[in-house]
Amino acid sequence: MTARARKRSPLLTVLTAIMLLYSLVPLVWLFINSTKSQASLFDSFGLWFSGDFSLFTNIRDTLTYDDGVFVRWLLNTLLYVVLGAGGATALATLGGYALAKFDFFGKRAVFAVVIGAVAVPTTALAVPTFLMFSKLGLTNTPWAVIIPSLISPFGLYLMWTFAAEAIPGELIEAARVDGAGELRTFLKVCVPLLAPGIVTVSLFTMVATWNNYFLPLIMLKDPDWYPLTLGLNSWNDQAATSGGQAVFNLVITGSLLTILPLLAAFLFLQRYWQSGLAAGGVKD
Amino acid sequence: MAVLAPPAIQRSGPPGRSGSARRRRSWTGWAFVGPFMAVFAFVFLAPIAYAIYLSFFRTKLIGGTSFVGLENFQNVFTDSQFWSSFGRVALFLCVQVPIMLFLSLLVALAIDSGRLYGKSFFRVTIFMPYAVPAVVATLMWGFMYGPQFGLVGNINDAFGWSLPNPLGPDWLLASIGNIVTWEFVGYNMLIFYSALQVIPRTLYEAAELDGAGQLRVIRSIKLPSIRGALLIATIFSIIGTFQLFNEPAILKSLAPNVITTYYTPNMYAYSLSFAGQQFNYSAAVAIVMALLTAIVAYAVQLRGLRKERQS
Repeated sequence: MTARARKRSPLLTVLTAIMLLYSLVPLVWLFINSTKSQASLFDSFGLWFSGDFSLFTNIRDTLTYDDGVFVRWLLNTLLYVVLGAGGATALATLGGYALAKFDFFGKRAVFAVVIGAVAVPTTALAVPTFLMFSKLGLTNTPWAVIIPSLISPFGLYLMWTFAAEAIPGELIEAARVDGAGELRTFLKVCVPLLAPGIVTVSLFTMVATWNNYFLPLIMLKDPDWYPLTLGLNSWNDQAATSGGQAVFNLVITGSLLTILPLLAAFLFLQRYWQSGLAAGGVKD
Repeated sequence: MAVLAPPAIQRSGPPGRSGSARRRRSWTGWAFVGPFMAVFAFVFLAPIAYAIYLSFFRTKLIGGTSFVGLENFQNVFTDSQFWSSFGRVALFLCVQVPIMLFLSLLVALAIDSGRLYGKSFFRVTIFMPYAVPAVVATLMWGFMYGPQFGLVGNINDAFGWSLPNPLGPDWLLASIGNIVTWEFVGYNMLIFYSALQVIPRTLYEAAELDGAGQLRVIRSIKLPSIRGALLIATIFSIIGTFQLFNEPAILKSLAPNVITTYYTPNMYAYSLSFAGQQFNYSAAVAIVMALLTAIVAYAVQLRGLRKERQS
């Protein structure tokens, strides 16, 4: 905004709305088709409702199909998110705080190693990680998914920039003068100041864990440990296998149920992550 | 998120802040950064070291494991399947990444201009697809592409057209490009938007006094100010493109004859390992891919930094 109030431009709004439609149409399609039975999926126009409104039947079928395996996948996903993303956020917060507010031996090395590792494709690590974990007997257990999720270099980086901005050095000095220990200073003085950054990092690690596909794909054989993403894909593949039952209405409804919690989290925590990101803005 | 340079690594507190005493270098910081580094060593450094180790050996059914030096790497360099997969992601990189980043930039500039009705609605909604798992995004678009109950089929029926099949051999890569663009256009938009937000407003006021128009302000103030964000987004996109796996792997069930096991370098490494049990060769493929990624990302970074110095 400049000194003079800007005129709103209908033309620009319409042009940007094209992009908005592009972003929304698939989600609208998903919702509309969650309300169709398997039969009317095939003989109706994709972007309009048709036949009986079967959304609730579909939801019930999704939750009960195959002895309620979907609910099990949902609980697995929650377990991976709580432990994986929660742990990743905690580690990134501690580490980012240290990088922003302490001088310690090997700090440059820590920075160089972490930044260098970000450039290594995670999938390039997947095969050796799988072999390592299978030697340790960790494959096909939840740990195989949780432990690699604990590291978020991007989260560390975000916390670092955020902590550098949000915590005045004087505050830490004052707490030390008052005789508070390092840990107490961190928990009582710094964590409240870091809150928006912590919310931002947890949202991003949550999305990464919730949406993880490649890692569980190679680590897990047993469908009982699948997260939602792997489960949905196995339902989708069912139609292609001989003798498999096509359950496209359940794949579509299950997809809708999979994305709703994340979209809700993003919408409700908007204020926090927007301010968390703004702090990491470009500084020339 | 969109950061040009990390906070300077200094021996003392930030300059110009009164009252922050010079901090002594100590080990205290390690108490905080230690846990991250310990897990990091276990899930990043150890596998990298192990991959390098694996790539120098070969396991035969008869005769066990033997050291073969650089032979695996020589094989990768003459492996036509590997290069065809690499060519595919390189093409993807040259077409999809510029289109996606250009769209992201346009939307970010539009939202930042303050001339839209319902600014925050636009920002949040266009970002939303980022929260959709790649599996769901691919299944969704895959169904829409599909001839069975997809939109393409609907349109063909309704208008009597015969649109090209998005899942056919000619269009599949473009269809994947569309899915990836849909997933990440909002994420990159947010990176650019965050960077635009921190430009000092006084610059705009000065430009206005000088009589500069909107386009001039974009060219002379906004774009140079967010060069760092553009660079970071480009590098993230390069790394992402070279790792392409989820979308083609999930579309495979819809287009089994088009998507081969070596459609992308990552799918190739994956199928070598988990279908072919060729772990040593797969490790060599992964390392070559990581090196190629690093070289391309580094080259882009150097060009970006050189421009930075010129401006």
